[in-house]
Amino acid sequence: MHKYGRLIMAGIILFLVFPLRAEYGDVVLNKRAEKEGMPPVIFPHWFHRIRFRCKVCHFELGFEMRAGSNNVTMQEIIDGKFCGMCHNDEIAWGVENCDLCHSGRPGLKSKIHGGHSTGGPGIW
Amino acid sequence: MLKIRFSCGFYTLLLMATLLLPLISSAASKWKSLEKDGIHDPDSPAMGVLQEPAAALSKLPQNTSGNMVDWVKALEDGAIHPRTNLWPETKVRIRNDDVFLEKTGEMPVVRFPHRAHTMWLDCKNCHEKYFISKKGANPITMMKILQGYYCGRCHGAVAFPLTECDRCHSVPRSKLEKIKAESRKAENRK
Ligand code: HEC
Ligand code: HEC
Ligand code: HEC
Ligand code: HEC
Ligand code: HEC
Ligand code: HEC
Repeated sequence: MHKYGRLIMAGIILFLVFPLRAEYGDVVLNKRAEKEGMPPVIFPHWFHRIRFRCKVCHFELGFEMRAGSNNVTMQEIIDGKFCGMCHNDEIAWGVENCDLCHSGRPGLKSKIHGGHSTGGPGIW
Repeated sequence: MLKIRFSCGFYTLLLMATLLLPLISSAASKWKSLEKDGIHDPDSPAMGVLQEPAAALSKLPQNTSGNMVDWVKALEDGAIHPRTNLWPETKVRIRNDDVFLEKTGEMPVVRFPHRAHTMWLDCKNCHEKYFISKKGANPITMMKILQGYYCGRCHGAVAFPLTECDRCHSVPRSKLEKIKAESRKAENRK
């Protein structure tokens, strides 16, 4: 076997044993954030669904159910759209808490994370 | 010879590690800490401020996949009280019937419960966008679901994942008529 073969195998097996696993349903939003010098945004479904049913965001507030399809700028959020419909110091803490939303590692792509078997819809 | 024995031992060890470690690590914690979940920046000032998944999810009815939580039960048992609407004028719509999807080949029939879904979702989240609201009108296949269409829009992304065959394919053909009758009765009671 190749000199490093065993190491590579061990690496692959350890990767399978310890995959980096975001919590199921976490969404990364990073269309512009990193390009404009802010860390990527992480939206945790598990945290919000304890407090709101899906219909609040995806029906009342009209969020599209597809990662990356709600094309919203920070200015619009500050003006009360998208996350800003709740993160306005009334329903939840306000937009001045930059770090709580912009908490991602550098280089993340916009997509749903933690998908168990399919990694989320393959239709985009 | 010695070398072969060594490498056999090495692989046996690795194999055992592969089989045992997930058990050990899952016993230690079912939920990854934010710092180690691969997407949060461990150096972010938000660390220590954001809630850890284990702190909230371990208190809810447990399951074996996805968020490791049975969200249907959590809602029914009153373990959580998520808001249904922000504005008083929004109409909250619930539907109680089950639809039985029977084109499942060798697999048990799929029971689609409108109630469990409309407790979370509005009709408009599914009709007529993902599903035509007419029994049998949707050419659903398992392949399409796995690709993220139909049920796979949510299951495999946010709702429980597609590895849970039995939770959808829940009705053995031998009991189909009996369960359909029970379902109609339950629908009228609600
Ligand atoms: C607090 C608001 C909120 C709540 C509550 C919420 N979502 Fe979402 N959802 C979002 C946001 C934000 C996105 C990402 C949209 C984007 O990237 O443009 C999203 C994305 C999605 C997606 C797309 C994932 C993909 O694979 O592309 C699905 C499916 C989804 N949500 C389902 C649900 C379900 C089911 C529930 C209820 C259990 C729910 N959501 C509750 C805000 C919410
Ligand atoms: C409630 C969550 C939230 C908070 C709080 C928040 N942001 Fe954002 N921010 C977002 C989202 C969502 C996006 C869109 C992400 C993307 O796709 O790039 C975004 C995008 C951005 C962008 C990219 C450019 C643009 O205009 O869209 C910048 C820069 C930015 N935010 C700066 C900030 C600063 C500075 C603060 C604090 C004053 C802040 N954000 C607070 C959610 C938030
Ligand atoms: C339907 C209302 C609503 C919407 C829409 C919403 N949030 Fe929230 N969010 C909340 C509430 C309520 C909290 C809890 C606030 C508190 O604890 O004071 C929260 C908390 C959070 C937290 C902190 C979680 C923790 O661990 O403490 C993050 C991060 C967050 N939201 C991100 C977002 C982002 C990003 C968006 C937009 C994509 C968004 N939220 C849209 C209501 C909302
Ligand atoms: C999670 C997605 C989802 C939601 C939410 C949902 N439905 Fe459905 N609905 C379905 C599916 C799947 C079928 C079965 C279609 C088929 O047989 O191909 C269906 C079937 C129907 C049918 C036809 C039933 C029959 O026996 O012919 C009606 C009527 C209907 N839905 C109305 C509603 C109404 C009203 C609401 C809101 C209160 C609602 N649905 C919410 C997915 C949904
Ligand atoms: C989210 C619900 C759901 C889950 C989870 C699920 N299925 Fe299905 N499955 C369906 C539906 C809906 C159909 C289509 C039934 C119809 O149209 O009458 C189907 C159809 C099928 C069929 C019939 C042939 C075909 O390709 O359509 C097979 C076989 C099947 N599923 C196997 C599985 C197996 C194996 C698993 C677990 C790995 C699984 N399913 C998990 C909902 C599900
Ligand atoms: C719009 C999103 C969405 C779609 C589409 C969807 N589901 Fe679900 N489903 C959910 C949510 C949310 C739950 C609550 C449980 C959870 O989140 O794990 C759920 C729960 C269920 C349950 C569990 C009921 C219980 O009593 O435990 C079954 C069975 C189910 N879905 C089958 C299906 C089938 C079959 C389809 C396709 C015909 C489908 N779902 C399509 C969102 C969806």
